[in-house]
Amino acid sequence: MPNYFLDNRDIKFHFENLHIKEIVDIAENNYEDSKLYNYAPINYEDAMENYRKVLEVIGDLAGNHMADRAADVDLEGAHLIDGKVQYAKGTQENLKELSQADLMGLILPHKYGGLNFPFSIYVMAIEIVARADASLMNIFGLQDIADSIKKFGTEEQREKYLPKFCSGEHTGAMALTEPDAGSDLQAVKLHAYQNAEGKWFLKGCKRFITNGNGDVLLVLARSEAGTKDGRGLSMFVCYGDKTVKVRRIENKLGIHGSPTCELQFNDTPAELVGQRKYGLIKYVLDLMFRARMGVSAQALGISQAAYEEALKYAREREQFGKAIIDIPVVANMLIDMRVMLESNRSLFYAAAKSVDVKEKLEEQIEKFKQEGKPAGELTAKLKHASKIANLLTPFAKYVLTEGANKVTYDAIQIHGGTGYMKEFKVERLARDARITNIYEGTSQLQIVASYGGVVNDVLGSEFDKYEKKEYKGGLNKLADILKEIRVIFKDCLKYVMDKKDANFQDVAAKDLVELYSYLVIGYLLLEESEKEQTKVFVANRYVLNSLANARRNAENIKSEIFSDLIHAEKIL
Amino acid sequence: MYNSIVLVKQVPDTSNISGKVMKDDGTVNRALLPAIFNHEDKSALELALQIKERFGGKVTVVTMGPLRASDILRESLFMGADEAYLISDRKFAGADTLATSYVLSEAIKKIGSFDFVFAGRQAIDGDTAQVGPQTAEKLNMPQITYAEEIIDIKENKVTVKHKIDGGHEILEAQLPVLITVLKDAVEPRPFSAKRVMAYKNASSLVELEKLAEGNSLLYVDKLVDEYTSRNLFIPTITTDEMTVDLERIGIKGSPTKVYKVESVVLGGGNHVNIEPTKAGIGSLIDQLMIDHIFG
Repeated sequence: MPNYFLDNRDIKFHFENLHIKEIVDIAENNYEDSKLYNYAPINYEDAMENYRKVLEVIGDLAGNHMADRAADVDLEGAHLIDGKVQYAKGTQENLKELSQADLMGLILPHKYGGLNFPFSIYVMAIEIVARADASLMNIFGLQDIADSIKKFGTEEQREKYLPKFCSGEHTGAMALTEPDAGSDLQAVKLHAYQNAEGKWFLKGCKRFITNGNGDVLLVLARSEAGTKDGRGLSMFVCYGDKTVKVRRIENKLGIHGSPTCELQFNDTPAELVGQRKYGLIKYVLDLMFRARMGVSAQALGISQAAYEEALKYAREREQFGKAIIDIPVVANMLIDMRVMLESNRSLFYAAAKSVDVKEKLEEQIEKFKQEGKPAGELTAKLKHASKIANLLTPFAKYVLTEGANKVTYDAIQIHGGTGYMKEFKVERLARDARITNIYEGTSQLQIVASYGGVVNDVLGSEFDKYEKKEYKGGLNKLADILKEIRVIFKDCLKYVMDKKDANFQDVAAKDLVELYSYLVIGYLLLEESEKEQTKVFVANRYVLNSLANARRNAENIKSEIFSDLIHAEKIL
Repeated sequence: MYNSIVLVKQVPDTSNISGKVMKDDGTVNRALLPAIFNHEDKSALELALQIKERFGGKVTVVTMGPLRASDILRESLFMGADEAYLISDRKFAGADTLATSYVLSEAIKKIGSFDFVFAGRQAIDGDTAQVGPQTAEKLNMPQITYAEEIIDIKENKVTVKHKIDGGHEILEAQLPVLITVLKDAVEPRPFSAKRVMAYKNASSLVELEKLAEGNSLLYVDKLVDEYTSRNLFIPTITTDEMTVDLERIGIKGSPTKVYKVESVVLGGGNHVNIEPTKAGIGSLIDQLMIDHIFG
């Protein structure tokens, strides 16, 4: 009877240390909703108890049902039959249970039938689900689509679309990518036009649309004829009715349970969401922001599963007359995996919280504006919170999804030849992990997205505070190493800036971003080590490793290993 | 509209038995085993909930057991039960199936009118499958055991598919009826998140007394009022709340006496060496035929 929430010491540690009272107080409207809904919390403690209990329900479903079905889901996959997408049997059962358990509207307001949970708890749920079946995350984790309608749609649209998301009757998809608009969404062509009565229609193609067969589609389309850039794009919502044809579904390396569709819109009636021309520059950015966290959670869930499998195998498998976990090289690999898993989780929940802080401030400012109250102080707060969230989310996506690839790779390695076989779980996990650092923005794009925050040193004042702090015992040694890494970072940053060479900056960005990530994660781990004994081991290995990595990053930058780029044509 | 009463039981999780759990005399040390919702009772509850969804009505869950059995009553509320009763009294201790079914039948009479009584076929701790049928006898009502599926309910009659040796049988019964349910009949639904949040604090009187700690009895009364008004009070039925013959309950009312419990260890016997030849395999088959393992 494994419960994927209760059996995971580290996720429980993060749950206990979320400290999101301010966020919950705002989200629950100071607990006024409890008068209307018997399940709405009456205070912060009650809210946390609700989250805990519901995570237990999710952990039970994940550990006892979804995980058992995952191998079959992978084998069967989703199919396109007579133009209709059919989920694998296990996926259908999973979705039915998630709906029965009221879990398809976790983040939507009570008013529309949702649970009104904070983002941090939602992504915790995604992590738990993804550990059981990564492909299920692609449907369960699309609740953000409904959230976008909540945020940017009209009240009429909210009432029309949200209740069915909450009840699980409808699933959604975000239709952004096109054959010629992948990483570069500014190139989206799908045509949106109005008839004489002003009604909108969509015409054109979308590709690689996760769950494109969903009932409600958020579509990025070119509403301003003649434009070519992102400012000519608007966001639309439509039903996946008979005018939307699923032309094919992709045959993929992994996440087989999640149908990846090519869609053709044939004069599909649609509604504008929010303002015209803000499709890409505002709404998609917001959506992507959250979707990236969803994918990071997926990567984390896969990493957890891979680590568990490797650990279990290493304990059971005997060679040379002993369990292979007693071979130092194997134990060392497992510790590396565990340290990566826990340090990534620390970054992830810090990022999730930063999203919560930012979004709740936005909501509060909106409310103040409506009530005619001055929101100046909050706006300043929001500016800072946005900077942090804008840095931490692409950071998390980069670090966690690359991490998932590494952990699953090592999990197969620990299994040896057995791990290469389909009978064992780890080969599936490695296949599933491979997409995470590609979709919702590749790792390379996450570096670009983080770069601004890194160059501007947005966490500089936080680091200053940590540097002045006295840590307990051995932790001070680690704090000194982090100071040293910071010196390396600053030095490298200056070197890169002084060069004033855009191409050089482009390739050096990866090393700078990585350098900065050691500081962020390193200090998070030091703080955690003060609360939890076992974290000291994690912090120790992480920080020592980071110093070695930091020196290599610095070497990459200063040795100008990239200088041969100008000869790329000759070399290639 | 059909009202159902579902009999549920909290049982030790016998799927987790390890060496330590079995005492020297072969009895189970229950304190060491996690207590869980008997699986077949969960399926029984699911059937009752499905009837409620199809036809309307109310689902009432009843358990007889120690005070900690409120856990499974809360879980029943999480799944969708409308109300729950705990039948608990020290005087019930040591009850066999006869005494248990007597108390249950009296409690059911007290709880009110119903069209169905559902129960799991049997509990995994005793495996007797007697409590359901005996309860039906005492309530003087028809019973269908080993139900696999409710086929239809029409004009006060229910049609049920139930398992028999080597197949199944379709039966029709007049309501009210008692039905015992097999685990595979239906997959119990997961807990509803909203109901978990709404009923997580549902408590019995004893639990509220614990919550009140050293406070006065008046404070307990206040808590009971508060919990009742919020629909979070789980009523406890004791011998004070119903008229029962004290000779027929608990250990006194239980003719079953456990003579001896043995811990049976299944082990291998002697080895027989079979040569991997045609003749060797032939002799093995002959021996298996003689032992009636084949044929």
